[in-house]
Amino acid sequence: MFESSLKQLGDALRARKISSVELTQLYLDRIAGQNPELNAYVTLNPEASLAQARAADERLATGAADALTGIPLAQKDIFCAKGWRTACGSKMLENFVAPYDAHVIEQFNRAGAVNLGKTNMDEFAMGSSNETSYFGAVKNPWDKTRVPGGSSGGTAAAVAARLCAAATGTDTGGSIRQPAALCGISGLKPTYGVCSRYGMIAFASSLDQAGPMGRSAEDLALMLNAMAGFDERDSTSLQRDKKDYARDLNKPTNGDKPLAGLRIGLPREFFAEGLSGDVARAVEAAIEEYKKLGAVVVDISLPNSRLAVPVYYVLAPAEASSNLSRFDGVRYGHRAPDYADLADMYEKSRAQGFGDEVKRRIMIGTYVLSHGYYDAYYIKAQKIRRLIAHDFAEAFRQCDVIMGPTSPSTAFKLDEKGDDPVQMYLSDIYTIAVNLAGLPGMSIPCGFGDNDMPVGLQIVGNYFDEARMLNVAHQYQLATDWHSRAPQI
Amino acid sequence: MSLTTQDVEKVARLARLAMTAPEIESARAQLSGIFDLIAEMQAVDTEGIEPMSHAQDLSQRLRDDVVTETNQREAFQSIAPQVEAGLYLVPKVIE
Repeated sequence: MFESSLKQLGDALRARKISSVELTQLYLDRIAGQNPELNAYVTLNPEASLAQARAADERLATGAADALTGIPLAQKDIFCAKGWRTACGSKMLENFVAPYDAHVIEQFNRAGAVNLGKTNMDEFAMGSSNETSYFGAVKNPWDKTRVPGGSSGGTAAAVAARLCAAATGTDTGGSIRQPAALCGISGLKPTYGVCSRYGMIAFASSLDQAGPMGRSAEDLALMLNAMAGFDERDSTSLQRDKKDYARDLNKPTNGDKPLAGLRIGLPREFFAEGLSGDVARAVEAAIEEYKKLGAVVVDISLPNSRLAVPVYYVLAPAEASSNLSRFDGVRYGHRAPDYADLADMYEKSRAQGFGDEVKRRIMIGTYVLSHGYYDAYYIKAQKIRRLIAHDFAEAFRQCDVIMGPTSPSTAFKLDEKGDDPVQMYLSDIYTIAVNLAGLPGMSIPCGFGDNDMPVGLQIVGNYFDEARMLNVAHQYQLATDWHSRAPQI
Repeated sequence: MSLTTQDVEKVARLARLAMTAPEIESARAQLSGIFDLIAEMQAVDTEGIEPMSHAQDLSQRLRDDVVTETNQREAFQSIAPQVEAGLYLVPKVIE
């Protein structure tokens, strides 16, 4: 059961071969056995999960079931879910029980999916290793001395360890793709604006985007069908017709060359200095496989992509410092027990409620937005952001998708990069430019590197090209079995 | 770029973050390293480039000026640190 695809699970549920209650209980038992060591989930509520499963079974009995009805999923703890503690990896929200549902959660509820629990994450999604979580680090199921990546590290570990059928993540600078790569699973960050940000705790609003994480491209397509959609409560939600993201997956193909004519752009900057040899070898082997499937390779350049990390560390902290100013200890969240006056209450509540990485980013953001520095940092970064987006636009004149490594190395050791924020930031060097441009990006497993740790292949598409990207990934997953490898736990 | 202790103290005050002297010193070293990374931007010629704030150049939608929210004061106040008689309590700000 734990290796079944979402489609297989849906078929089994609709055929009443298994009930949602039985399936949910199987997962809850597996979580109870594995989670104490992995720390992938931070909040479980078996009664609430089983109540949803019973409701799903009633719906299944009437024959009015959707693709995801009765399927147990996990939700990153950044999504507000009514009645569930939603802590966002922070002491600041340790006791915050969300009074409403995020749009993404509403969509899953409407589909009749079961929420198994909330997954661990870097505090306020700020981190690339899941080590900034107030609730402790998550262990990588492939090697428990290594990180799962971040910030959606709990989700990635839960999917890899088969502690849920699929799950959600969010991606501001790589937080879906990098942990997917490090844990050997598939993950998709859609075009900015495809999934509503309503009820998703804000980090950097012009970059934040929700997306699915799962064991195959086919599963991601079904998840995205449920997650995507216009929502007037998010001012950047895009008004577009509802799409079936699985529509390209079952199209008849050209025999053993299903991707005949697909032009894959390989940015030379993504294969240069800084990329580990083992990751390069796995990614190059994946490109060779794509050639066998009929694709052709085009050499492209993204000359400004080297500036993505510096630009991101101006823009994201600037937006974060503004978004996180709401945490003042007045209406919700942590309030310091002792204080002299109002200013003292703010300063102590925030000092106690936020961890070191969050404080660092708030301070960077406060500095770059402060009087006299705004043009030199914030406006300058926004200008370079346009140059980076323009590089992609030029590249997509010559190719249909862009491929390269997701992360410069496989999963690193816990505590290895703890004291050096700049080294940690550079682990998102290939993913950040995609967020700055607002393009869709995904990571799929493409082999193993040194120490038998998974390697991720990044696929970047043009705006709104998710369905094509999912098919490009799906055809590779039909021809290879990297995505179905599971860690021994 | 090297930040001074005074720079960090000022930023901490603006951001409403209480920090001890050792915390200021540690933040100074780490923030200086991050600003060295950020300084790579300064070499780029951006003359005449329009700043980009969002991926899709959208204008803000306007909604009809009607009430859409229902009163949920009790639900919202049940998660507040300190309330009394339907009010949020904060330290006295006016003597």
